Order: sequence, then structure tokens, then C-alpha cells
Amino acid sequence: MGIRFVLLVNKQGQTRLAQYYAEHLTLDERRALEGEIVRKCLARTEQQCSFVEHRNYKIVYRRYASLFFLVGVDNDEQMEYTYCGSFTHGRSKQFSSVIAYVAMGAVVDVIAYVNELAILEFIHLFVETMDRHFGNVCELDIMFHLEKAHFMLEEMVMNGCIVETSKSNILAPIQLMEKAS
Amino acid sequence: MNPFSSGTRLRDMIKAIRACKTAAEERAVVRKECAAIRSSISENDQDYSHRNIAKLMFIHMLGYPTHFGQMECLKLIASAGFPEKRIGYLGLMLLLDERQEVLMLVTNSLKQDLGHTNQYIVGLALCALGNICSAEMARDLAPEVERLLLTRDPNIKKKAALCSIRIIRKVPDLAENFSSPATSLLKEKHHGVLIAGVQLCTDLCKVSEDASNHLRKNCTEGLVRILKDICNSPYAPEYDIAGITDPFLHIRVLRLLRMLGHGDADTSEYINDILAQVASKTESNKNAGNAILYECVETIMGIEATSGLRVLAINILGRFLSNRDNNIRYVALNMLMKAISVDSQAVQRHRTTILECVKDSDASIRKRALELVFLLVNDTNAKPLTKELIDYLEVSDQDFKGDLTSKICSIIEKFSQEKKWYIDQMVKVLSLAGNYVKDNVWHALIVAISNAPDLQGYSVRSLYKAFQLSSEQVSLVQVTIWCIGEYGEMLVNNVGVLQVEEPMTVTESDAVDVLESCLTHHSTDITTQSMCLIALLKLSSRFPPSSGRVKEIITTHIGSVVLELQQRAIEFNSIIQRHQNIKSSLVERMPVLDESTFISKRAGSSQANISTEKSNQQLPSGASLKLSNGVAKPAASPLVDLLDLSLDDTPVPTSTSNDFLHDLLDVGLTNSSSSASGTDILMDLLSIGTPVQSNTTPENGSSIKAKPNTATVQVVDLLDGLASNGSHPGAQSPVHPSITAYQSSTLKITFSFTKQPDKPQVTQIHATFMNLSSEAYTDFIFQAAVPKFIQLHLDPANSNHLPASGNGRITQTFTITNTQHGQKPLAMRIRIAYKVSNQERLEQGQINNFPPGL
Repeated sequence: MGIRFVLLVNKQGQTRLAQYYAEHLTLDERRALEGEIVRKCLARTEQQCSFVEHRNYKIVYRRYASLFFLVGVDNDEQMEYTYCGSFTHGRSKQFSSVIAYVAMGAVVDVIAYVNELAILEFIHLFVETMDRHFGNVCELDIMFHLEKAHFMLEEMVMNGCIVETSKSNILAPIQLMEKAS
Repeated sequence: MNPFSSGTRLRDMIKAIRACKTAAEERAVVRKECAAIRSSISENDQDYSHRNIAKLMFIHMLGYPTHFGQMECLKLIASAGFPEKRIGYLGLMLLLDERQEVLMLVTNSLKQDLGHTNQYIVGLALCALGNICSAEMARDLAPEVERLLLTRDPNIKKKAALCSIRIIRKVPDLAENFSSPATSLLKEKHHGVLIAGVQLCTDLCKVSEDASNHLRKNCTEGLVRILKDICNSPYAPEYDIAGITDPFLHIRVLRLLRMLGHGDADTSEYINDILAQVASKTESNKNAGNAILYECVETIMGIEATSGLRVLAINILGRFLSNRDNNIRYVALNMLMKAISVDSQAVQRHRTTILECVKDSDASIRKRALELVFLLVNDTNAKPLTKELIDYLEVSDQDFKGDLTSKICSIIEKFSQEKKWYIDQMVKVLSLAGNYVKDNVWHALIVAISNAPDLQGYSVRSLYKAFQLSSEQVSLVQVTIWCIGEYGEMLVNNVGVLQVEEPMTVTESDAVDVLESCLTHHSTDITTQSMCLIALLKLSSRFPPSSGRVKEIITTHIGSVVLELQQRAIEFNSIIQRHQNIKSSLVERMPVLDESTFISKRAGSSQANISTEKSNQQLPSGASLKLSNGVAKPAASPLVDLLDLSLDDTPVPTSTSNDFLHDLLDVGLTNSSSSASGTDILMDLLSIGTPVQSNTTPENGSSIKAKPNTATVQVVDLLDGLASNGSHPGAQSPVHPSITAYQSSTLKITFSFTKQPDKPQVTQIHATFMNLSSEAYTDFIFQAAVPKFIQLHLDPANSNHLPASGNGRITQTFTITNTQHGQKPLAMRIRIAYKVSNQERLEQGQINNFPPGL
């Protein structure tokens, strides 16, 4: 899957942008998760590495001035799922437990892990793209143009996968729309 | 016009929210805005709906409920203009998710937009579909997406490709339709299309064996060419990152090659050269280059690479490991963990560096490194590694000590070849970080000491020495107390001195001093205090001259406010005063603790079957006493029941001491209000006993105490379960609320949980399935997948037919064992297959909302 969420958070821990992919969290869960992650990341120093493991996510983060860019990806340990199915209809009671434990075939995931360094590079690309559009982007630009930040992210990431890495391709539709209005 | 609906502009709202000083103020502003938006929506105010959604997005981001705006999004999507659609789709992706019925309504608009003449609108619809589509929508709209995969516009192509990924993840059956268009995508020049195409191929490989064979045959060559092109391409400003052309595409291609080469010798051979080229040519002074190298190493490890290539890969990791940048070191450690299975010798070479990483100041790196070290330990290097780790334990951070201690303990237990080394190391760990040592670890130490007659003297002396230096570590104190109680005379008389030992003189009163100081120390808990009392009783019989002093100490606790201590003190006092003649036989040394039982119990095998007879033979005189007690007081305690059972096949030898003991117990019983006191006191007399208040008293004691005494394995089982329970306070049969595990427009699944209090890691889940649609489902099959650390056992469901509109339910029970209970939360993926009017349907989902503590 790759990216599970992209979060922008300022030094005070206020969320400035949040986008989740294929993740069904209720509002409360989301708030709790964001709080936990932010507390964890804010506590770390500049010298420490940019990866934090939290629940079933690995968080890759990078700080730009007062803004933290956090990207949550699947933690690879968690990804090694094995499917096991069962007969819904037990034939007879004493057999059932034996029958029910038939493995349907293991889904071995050789690519289940995520390249953390590439995610770091992705964050930087996102920042550079916003920089090109807003000109030295700052927290306020993102706050007041939240929808534009989302549009850019939308061009770059779809369903947790990176689609486009060329800045001018990413910005083209946004600029077109600005021209039109 | 409503005074509200004119409202504020988006900018003003954000300003107002920013100006808020407190959370309450912010809530007030948001409430006001929401009210305005609601009334604007209800008045059907077209002019503002664009702005309203923009506001709602902001409000949603702050974490407030915004469900009332969902319909508004749909209206915007259905409108004609591009800006409206744009914001409508964005709102749709943010404010809605798959579970909501509103999604059903959007399918039609999506279908229309997918066929729109404006490419940007098509792009929007594809993007939305790719982010939110459900299994049903996937089926409905797959043909449209397939068609769009073949258009000429690269922007649409790439989005269609990613949309297809979502579709085949939702409905794997559709994979075959996509495999030939996916192959053709790889021939494109546009990087965006290539990335998306490669990604689509990767996903096809995952879901379908056929597709991956197809791709292996037809695409390997093309992929190698892509990789070659981007490796050797001249400077391309559009995709350049730090002098490397499009590292993202590099990584994607390498990953797909890994999938294709995995377990396939021919493909692996074919891609060997290009991998070697990437591995040796890519510059490693920038993050982007390192990301590619990292991926390349991963690919080399994942395929059937030649040994030369593997050496190259391990060398890259070695370089990473010595890098200054913490990020690089982190990924190196991560990678080495996987490399161990491929080439453990090569990883061993980096042992010293890895060991340095365990001492890093960065918690993420430390954690990785520690796990890696743990994998690196083998018989030959266990001793030096343990020494290093223990040395580090002394200076490590408080919050890292827990992890470190548990890893050290398991290394010591796993790789100890000689008992003396084991005991030495354990004493060291106990005295450095005794507070972090888990109960079963020090229980194992006691079992080991009890099984090593020639080391008992040595052990008690080294524990005594360690205790003098660090008396603050609870588990060290407890082990010391137990050993002094059992082997006190060996301490004083220097029995069994080993050559390496320095001679020391400990007088009887020194030994009693230790116990007294523990007993009176302010931070000592009740368990430790009770252990002290028993040890004192034992010493009073071993050191007759000190018996007066022991009696005094015990007497001071007769008035203890803690019931348990008071009871013990009174009982022991009467033993000392009135039953001198049986005292020595009562407080005899504990029989040798059965190591194999303990180990098998610890391993958690619940069906260990050690014959009752064998255990019976080992039983000391205490057994008969205990059995007689079982008869004397058949309380509701399960232990007594079990003892009763064993009574049936064991003849009770009558001895004179029995009667005395009966008397004694009678006294104890009338004096005490504790319902389980009958068994309790016996347990106490016979063993080290760690009582705990309340009616769980007999079970909750340390698992060791019961082992030698109990005739049946079941008893041990029972005790073990509860002992381990004690280490997770609060885990005792909490009530877990039921959850709605999964809900789509067609199906609702609820889980309710039951847990046995003695098995915290085991959860029984009752799933209830409800059909929300208007058609009945047949051939209903529920499947679940769990991560490796969880074991799943599904029982059959009560039916496979699910009537329509919630008119009936299917229930199914399954049992889950979380082997990392308390460390990792439960997670589960589910797949539900059923037929609606003979058409197969499939739904999938992931459940992350398990209540904590399962």
C-alpha cells in the first residue's frame, strides 16, 4: 500500500493538513492518533533519525522551520498477513475445528516494506512543489490555501501511491484553474 | 436572506479560529460557523456551497464532525462547472469514507464524469474513484477505467492506472482484465505513466499468480530497459533530484523486479547485470542516491542473486552502517535484519558496529539495533555479547532498560551452557535492573538454583553480596530472600565454596539482618514482606541461637494492618511457641523444583502431560498434609478441588504431625476471615508463598511455590496462568465493549469479546453478520487474516445463508491468541465472499478499532 496518511503539524501540535488513504478512522481515533504521533515526533531532536514506529505505522517525518511533515506508512512487521479461511458450514461438530483450520495459502509479501528514504525524498518534493507555487511557502500559506495544498497532494499521491514526481506536471492543473477564475 | 448564511469568508473564519486563545473559544467559533453552514445548506444556497465546503474541510481538519456537509459535496460534484466539481470531489475524499451510504449516490456522477469530454474532469473523477472506491463501485466502474487506460492523454492514463490498483485490491477477480493494458503502460515515455504502470504491475503480481507469470515473461526486458535508460540518461531538469534522474521511478522498477525475480532463477540471472550496475554506479552522498541503493540491496536480497552481487549488497550495508547520518544507519539496521537469513556470516562481521548502535542516543536506532543483536547471538558469541549488553545496561536510559533487560534475559536463558555462568549473569542483571525483570524470569532462576545442589552455596553468597550493593531492585531482593531462607546455613557455614570465590564471613545474625531490613524497609511490598516472614521462620529452625530474635521480629507483625502479614505472623508465632517438635520438619528445605514442568509451562504448552504418579513420587511429607487439608476444608477454591482429585489416587499416609497441623489450621481458620485461608496457610508453610489479598489468594502466588507440591499438572497450569496475569495489572477480565468491525452499504459486522481472566492473550470473538441490502446472500463465507504474532482459530458459522434487510443473522465464533499481548494491538484483515442472486461478491476490509488491551 505505501502511504497511509500525510500530516502537516506545526510546533504547537496543531494540525495544518491531514489526508488519510484507505484508512477508516473515526474522528476521535484520528484526533488521538494525531496527538500521539505529534507528541512522539516533537520530542525528538534534530540529530535523531527521521523514523518513528508507532502502533502499526512507521512514521517518516521531516521538519521545515516550524512545520512538521509527517508521513505514515505501513510498518512492515505488521504486513506479513497470512490468509486462513474456514468452512462456514461445519459438517459435524467434532470435525469442525479441524476443518476450520485450513489455510487458504499464504500471501507472502516480498514487497511489503516501504523505502523510508524515498518517503523522505517525497516529503522534500512536496515542500519544493509548494515552494514553487507559493514562493517560499509558510504555515499561513497552507492554512489559507488549504484546498490548493490538497490539490497538489492529490496530484502527487493517489490511494497511497506516488503518481507524479515532476513539479510542473503537478502544478499544471492548479495553474490552469487559477488562470480560469 | 438568513443573516447567518451570508456568513464570513473562509479567510475570516480561519483568522477568527487562529485568534482563539483557548480551546473553548475555538469550539465556540466552530459551532457558530457550523450553524451558519447548516442553515445555508438547508436554504439550498448555491452561491455559498463552494465556500461552505472549503470551510468544512478546514473544520474537519481541526477534528470536528462535519457529516452534514456530505450531501453538499454530492451536489457540487453534480454541478457543471470545474471549480465546483473540484472542491466537491476534494470534499468527498476528505469528508466521506467507504463505509458511508452516501457513497452509493456518487457512483452515477462518477460514471458520468469518467465519460466527460474535458480531460481534467475525467482526471478528477479517476482520482476520487482511486481514493475512495468500494468493492461495489469497483465492479460497476471497472470497464470505464479499463477504457481510460488506453486513452492517449498521459495524465488520464496514470490516474487510470492507479485507479485500477484500487479496483484490483477491492476485487481481485478483476485482475486478469487489467494485465494486458498494464503491460502496455510500461512502454510509455512519460514518467508519471511509467511509475503508475509499474505500480499497477506490482499490485497485479500480488493478487494473481497468472498475472505475475505473464509479466515475468513479457515485461522483464522492458523494465530492465527502463532502468538502464534512467540510469544513463543525461540531466533531465524536470525529474532531477540531487543529480539523479527520478529516484522514485528507480525505486518502483527495482521493486517490481524484486517481485518478478523472487524465486525465479532465470529472471534473477537476467537482471543481475543491471542490479550490479545500479549498485555500483549510484552515488551515495545524497539521500536520493541512498534511497536507490537501499532499494537495490533489498532487491538483491530478495532474488536469487549470484554470490558476487550479494557481497556487493552487504558491503553497501556496511557502508550505510558506518554512515554519520542516523537515517542511513537506521535503514541499514533494518536491512541487515533481513540479510541475516540470507548471509548471517556477512552480518556477523558488522557485530561491533551494531553493538555500538545499541548504545546510540536515538531511541529508534537503539530499538532496531537491539533486535538485530538479538538475532546475531549464537553459541560462540553469546558470552562476549552478553557482557557488552550488561555493561551497557548500567548506563542506559531508564525507558530503554525494560526492553534491554528482557532481551538480555532471553539471551542468557537461551544460550547458557553452564549453570554457573547463567547464575552469575542473572545476578548481575538482577542487581542492575531487577525492577525491570519479569516475574517468570526470576522464577526460572530460582528453579535453576534449586536444581544445582553444588551451586546453591555459591548462589546464595553471590546474591548476598549483590544485595549488599543494591537493595533497591525488587526482584533481586526477592530471589535473595528466598535463597537465604532455603540455603541460609550454606551462607553462614561457607558450604560448597568454589575456587574462584573470595572467602567471606557471614554470621547468622547478618543473615537475619538482611531479612529484617527487607521486612522493615519502607518501599517493600507485601509479597516481599511475606517472603521475608517465611524465610525468617525457616532461619529460626536452621539457626537455633537466632530463634529468639526471629520470634521478636515476627511478633512485631502480629499487629500488622495488612491482613496477610498479620495472619502469617500469628501462625508462625504459634509454630515457634507451641510446636517446636514439628517445626524442623515443617520448614524443611524445599524439594527440588521440577525444571521440565516449569519450562514447559512457561513455553505455554497447555497440554503438557506429566504423569501424576511421577510428581507424586517427588512429593515430600508436605503432600500428605496438604491433601488432608483438602479434605478438611473443601472450599470453593479451584486448588482445593484439584487437590481433592489427586486425593483419589494417592493414599494418604498418616503421620503424627498431621494431627498437629490440623489443630494448627483450625486455629488459623477461626482466627481469620479470609475464605481461602485453609489452603493458603498450607501453601505458605510449604513454600516461599507470595500471597496476595482477596479471594484469588491461592492462585495468585508465585508459580514456583506450587510446583513441587501439587500433584497434578492442572494445578500448575492454573497457577501459572494467574501468575503471569499478575504482571499485567488491570488485565483481569476487563469488559471489552463490542465494536462494529466492518460496515459497508451492504453488510454490517459486529464483534463482541470474551476473555478468560487467566489467559490475557486469548480472546474469543463472536462475530455477527447482518445483511443491509434488500437481497438475500447465499454461500456466505467469512475469512480473516492476522499478522504473524497473532494466532487465529475460526469455528464454523451457524449458517451460510443471510436473509435480506437485517432479517436474520449469521454468527461465527473465533479465537485469537495475541502472542505479543500488551505490546501490540490486535489487527485483522477480513474478506467476505457471498452470492447475490448467483452472482459472486467480495468485500474486504481491515479492522483497526479493536478495543485496547486485547
